Amino acid sequence: MTKFIDLTLSGISNGAVYAAVALALVLIWRATRIVNFAQGAMLMITTFIASAVINRTGSYVAGLLVALACGLIIGALVERLLVRPVENASPLNAVILTLGLYTVLVAIAGMIWGNTPRSFPAAFSLRGYRVGHTTLLFTPNDTFIVLTVIATAAVLALIFRATSLGLRMRAAAFAPEVARLLGVRVGRMFTVGWALAAVAGALAGVLIAPSSFLGPNSFDPLLISGFVAAVLGGLDSPPGAVIGGLILGLALSYVSGYEGTALVPLAALAILVIVLMIRPGGLFSVSQERRV
Amino acid sequence: MTLAARLLRVTLVRSLALVIAAGVILYLVTGSLSDYRNTQIASGAYYFAALAGLTVLAGQSGRISIGHGALMAVGAYTAVLLITKEGWSLAPALAAGAAATAVVGVPMGVAATRLQGPYLAGATLAFAVGLPALADKFPGLFGGENGLTMNPPTPPSWESSLSLYHWGAWVACLCALVVLFVLYNLVHSGAGRSLRAVRDDEIAASLCGLRVGQTQTRAFVISAAAAGLGGGVLATVVLNSVAPGAFPFSLSLDLLAGVVIGGLGSLVGAIWGAALLVLLPNWTNDLANAFSGSTNVKSNLPLAVYGVVLIVLILIWPTGIQGGVRALWRWLRGRLPQGRTPSRAA
Repeated sequence: MTKFIDLTLSGISNGAVYAAVALALVLIWRATRIVNFAQGAMLMITTFIASAVINRTGSYVAGLLVALACGLIIGALVERLLVRPVENASPLNAVILTLGLYTVLVAIAGMIWGNTPRSFPAAFSLRGYRVGHTTLLFTPNDTFIVLTVIATAAVLALIFRATSLGLRMRAAAFAPEVARLLGVRVGRMFTVGWALAAVAGALAGVLIAPSSFLGPNSFDPLLISGFVAAVLGGLDSPPGAVIGGLILGLALSYVSGYEGTALVPLAALAILVIVLMIRPGGLFSVSQERRV
Repeated sequence: MTLAARLLRVTLVRSLALVIAAGVILYLVTGSLSDYRNTQIASGAYYFAALAGLTVLAGQSGRISIGHGALMAVGAYTAVLLITKEGWSLAPALAAGAAATAVVGVPMGVAATRLQGPYLAGATLAFAVGLPALADKFPGLFGGENGLTMNPPTPPSWESSLSLYHWGAWVACLCALVVLFVLYNLVHSGAGRSLRAVRDDEIAASLCGLRVGQTQTRAFVISAAAAGLGGGVLATVVLNSVAPGAFPFSLSLDLLAGVVIGGLGSLVGAIWGAALLVLLPNWTNDLANAFSGSTNVKSNLPLAVYGVVLIVLILIWPTGIQGGVRALWRWLRGRLPQGRTPSRAA
């Protein structure tokens, strides 16, 4: 029973981070219909920057904030400089572009910081809570992770639902031509979408780095989990991304706890195939009319 | 119109002429090359097989797969297992590898008919990441992380003077030519037209009486078989071994990059893509060796150049190298005094 509770709690904590990456991918997908394979590398860069700031200043908060700010800037620059030219080309071109960007960013990180993974400080204690005589696998840092991701999702939801910026972004994504006629700066909205997504990604990087360590390729599995989570939930739905992340986190935690870590990638495949066979557009898809 | 010209308009004849011409050129070229160059030719050949399969799938039928690296692994493991455990000879083992991969392609193809763009990408991505885990799960059969090794295939008695590399290049090229022949005929036949019709508009195609699901599944199966044959060549001829490490997730991404950079949907583009995937790592390594700097910079320089080349190529040639070549050809023909009108869209 204790094992089940432990696995559930660590699943929730991992799932929260997957959810943050999935949110980043969903935001970019909604804005520009592009799956950003460079997301893992972008958040790797911001996490390295956070690490440098924390080492220099000794302040975790400063590191986190700088990482988020850098995420904002990197996201906006990438969209404006690299992605804009391929936005209207074949969707595969954007995929190859983000793959190329991923490769370049990994190489740059290796050049600056070396290829050996290093440790990254956690915000709070990594010692589990004690209930009676047992120590849970859930730590104060996990609480921080879960709460931060919930807060981020809530803020993003608020931006999209309740602000004029959110309305303009939704309009730009839904009907770019009409939005442009109505005076929405569609291109700028795309840039904002990428920037916000990169902030969510940067957050995920800082949150998972204490357990995954920090190296140029440390976050590749995170991107894959995040993508699977986003597809599970439905790429058009931010709540779907969060739920997809949690489902995936829990399921993978149970599989690795009871059946061993070797099966985790296969389990992810099985879950994805089952969900997609029942709902081809993810759990939270809206059915769409198709026309000839 | 002369008889030869009329014959060349028959797809089967044209493809045979093409394959024979390519075969003769490769036969002559491989004879004068060093062992190292012959290994490169063999690598290009297995890349071509996988890329041609993927380019027909992605370009002609409009389904994308980020799982072709794993499909190559299926063909590779099948071929090596049959050779080492069952004592099969090379040719039937390679064919069986392609057949086994085609069988794996059936459920993937059925799944692919239900999924659109990124959802299919996600499912095939999970396949590419998940499949190598099987090798760890059944170490008795698949040899775990270390994989399986085999003796390099030896040339037959009547060609026993050939070096192993030279023979390997021949085998690999023969497989690539088989793939070229089959796919060329597929693309230029009614089946190919059905594929493109389904790609362009599923509903309109089904109104015309095409079976959308069947057509797409068939494309996936054929594409999988080509990838399986490529994987078999990689394992038996080039590596003489098979291990999960030879089929990392990045292989699937490299294949996708090769297809798009070469020119989506074009078999000639697959040749460009294969050449790029073989030569680019070499060039970038040479470049890094010529460069004197810290180890960190030096060891990561090839990767950086590779990424930059991908980005630059996709920005300057959005339709791939073959698209660029076609545009150049059209421009040149427009400049010639008496431009021939194109008889047939290639």
